Amino acid sequence: MDLTFSPSELAFRDELRGWLAAHHPGPEPEGEAESLEHRIDWQRELAAAGWAAVYWPEEYGGRGATLVESAIFNEELARARAPYPANVLGLVLGGPTLMVHGSQEQRDRYLPPIVTAEEIWCQGFSEPDAGSDLAALKTRAVKVDGGWRVTGQKVWTSFAHRAKWCMLVARSDPEAKKHRGLTYFLMDMEQDGVLVRPLRQITGAAEFNELFLEDVWIPDENVVGGVGNGWAVALTTLMNERAGLAFGLQVALKVLLDELTEIAAERGLLEDESVAERLGDLHVRAEILRLTAYRGLTAQMKYGQPGPEGSLTKWMWSETNQHATELAVELLGPEALATDSPWAFALLRARGNTIEGGTTEILRNIVAERVLGLPRMR
Amino acid sequence: MNFDFTDDQREIRRTARELLTARSPMERVREAAEEGAYDPSLWQELVELGWPGIAIPEAHGGQGLGVLELVILLEELGYAAAASPLLSNAAAGLLIDAAGSEEQRARLLPGIADGSATATLAFAREDVADLVPDAEAAAHVVLVEDGVATLHAVGDGEIAIEPRETIDPTRRYARVRVTRPGSGESLGAPATLAAGLDRAEIALAAELTGLAQRALDMTLAYVKERRQFGVPVGVFQAVSHRCAQMLLDTEGARSATYFAAWAADADPDSLARGASLAKTAASDAGVHATAAAIQLHGGIGFTWEADVHWLYKRAHLDAAQLGPAREHRRRVARLAVAGAGRSSPAQAAI
Repeated sequence: MDLTFSPSELAFRDELRGWLAAHHPGPEPEGEAESLEHRIDWQRELAAAGWAAVYWPEEYGGRGATLVESAIFNEELARARAPYPANVLGLVLGGPTLMVHGSQEQRDRYLPPIVTAEEIWCQGFSEPDAGSDLAALKTRAVKVDGGWRVTGQKVWTSFAHRAKWCMLVARSDPEAKKHRGLTYFLMDMEQDGVLVRPLRQITGAAEFNELFLEDVWIPDENVVGGVGNGWAVALTTLMNERAGLAFGLQVALKVLLDELTEIAAERGLLEDESVAERLGDLHVRAEILRLTAYRGLTAQMKYGQPGPEGSLTKWMWSETNQHATELAVELLGPEALATDSPWAFALLRARGNTIEGGTTEILRNIVAERVLGLPRMR
Repeated sequence: MNFDFTDDQREIRRTARELLTARSPMERVREAAEEGAYDPSLWQELVELGWPGIAIPEAHGGQGLGVLELVILLEELGYAAAASPLLSNAAAGLLIDAAGSEEQRARLLPGIADGSATATLAFAREDVADLVPDAEAAAHVVLVEDGVATLHAVGDGEIAIEPRETIDPTRRYARVRVTRPGSGESLGAPATLAAGLDRAEIALAAELTGLAQRALDMTLAYVKERRQFGVPVGVFQAVSHRCAQMLLDTEGARSATYFAAWAADADPDSLARGASLAKTAASDAGVHATAAAIQLHGGIGFTWEADVHWLYKRAHLDAAQLGPAREHRRRVARLAVAGAGRSSPAQAAI
């Protein structure tokens, strides 16, 4: 056990810190569209300096970084309060999925433009009637000469209006058993039959979209991992989602807690023992989350793919983030609930944390069945 | 960065699990509890294996390994709920090794390492420590009051030791009262004492982590077996989700305890924070997971016959020692204030 960073990891961190200090993109502009364009520009700047996809192999525009360096990258970005690159779904979900299940032609074609943000990616998994029960999805892919015709509806599709490619899971064989009849496609978003409608959340913002698909064309070469193998490919995407984002999220939580601690100390609130205790509890949880994420990273370096344990850190993070924002508005008083307060947005946005990327209830099922070996729920 | 054991450490864990499975199964724990006495042959065996001195320097008769190796053993002893004075003696040993003078270490550590003159440790208030583990059989008792540690030799007429029954009969406890105020020898300066106490807290956290893991394993075996409504009860989410929570708590305690043990051996700057993280997380996990084990065993879990109650009782006694979790939470908050603005730490540790 050695919980220090190696000289090369420290060199990586220091180089990144220096670069971030010199190139920080400044505060994000108001408005969804403006903010996205700001982050696309930011990703181009990162890509030009080789920082956009650090964990990817160099041949695809990455830096060939180790998993630890990749964790350092996510931590430093959050610590510098710099935004995540715009093409997060391509970088964290789509790219790694192609690296496991994609053909050589697909990797060569799709990976480089993900890094440069030339082609933005979105994710077409959830449907109105297939959320937690993802394998119940109904979007139909019908085989035609040279490709597929797809019709259906998707929801919670971030970046859909700006995306070139969609990771789409659709039912290619209605006769096969639930999980077996699915196929994973790369769908071109820039065609007739794709309709995107913004979906407003409880924060008032519209981060997500609904996606309506009407007889959309997908050529055969855009099937990933083979016809009928969509469930296995989708699971790779989901595991990367839970494991890959953990490091940035836990540091963002730590940054929020440090800020709250400073304010509480300034206002003398920590003299109240119960406040000190509750704030201390959140720091304990945030630190444990980080340590557990690093333990998981060591395991991943040994065994390859991220395992179902990633569900534990996502679960810990989402609940702690909710508690932190709740304590914040309680300590800061009514001013924190005005809509121009960042704490008010944080409070409401955190409600989504235990739903997105797998609800806590589903994560508990995954832990119970796949980590603890309990019998499957019927 | 490598958050895993070495092959040697894995071997220590494997050996400990095998030995304790054979020598301290639940029937032995129950016997020790019901007879109110430890099995002397088990203790003798642990002494022969050198376990009490695993983290004591070789120059003082120990094996010269780290707090991390001790933590591995204590987690397994917790897993077995073994009835033995190893934890109290090892915790006092860590304190004396970190805080004692060269003369004190040379005089006291060999007896702790070979079990011939054991020590124990507790917090006291107004010269009284209510529950001191294994004090009767010890050669030395360390009492810590208001940040000052005092070492008392048992039998010198400085202290009175009255055995007390607690809810945890798997371990011997006594009330220790200083009968000659101002007696005893002082042990350590405040800074070294704090580092010693931190190490002792980590030792407690390790046992608590083992107790939580055992509670989870016993519960998993039970809910896969026990059938109601025609199915194993582990099918029901009300049951399986609580098991998942037990795992979450146990893994968190384990992460914090290993980190703290590593800090004790290798990174003094992280020790205070690590120790309080470990004591907080492991106290909570120990108490919550063992309580969940009783609940998920249903009616049988509430009987004296089922063994899960030993775990719950031990966890409460461990959690109550060396500062309750709420004090450690406040300490973490104070350390966070001290470290605020340091959001770009330059240190090399994770």
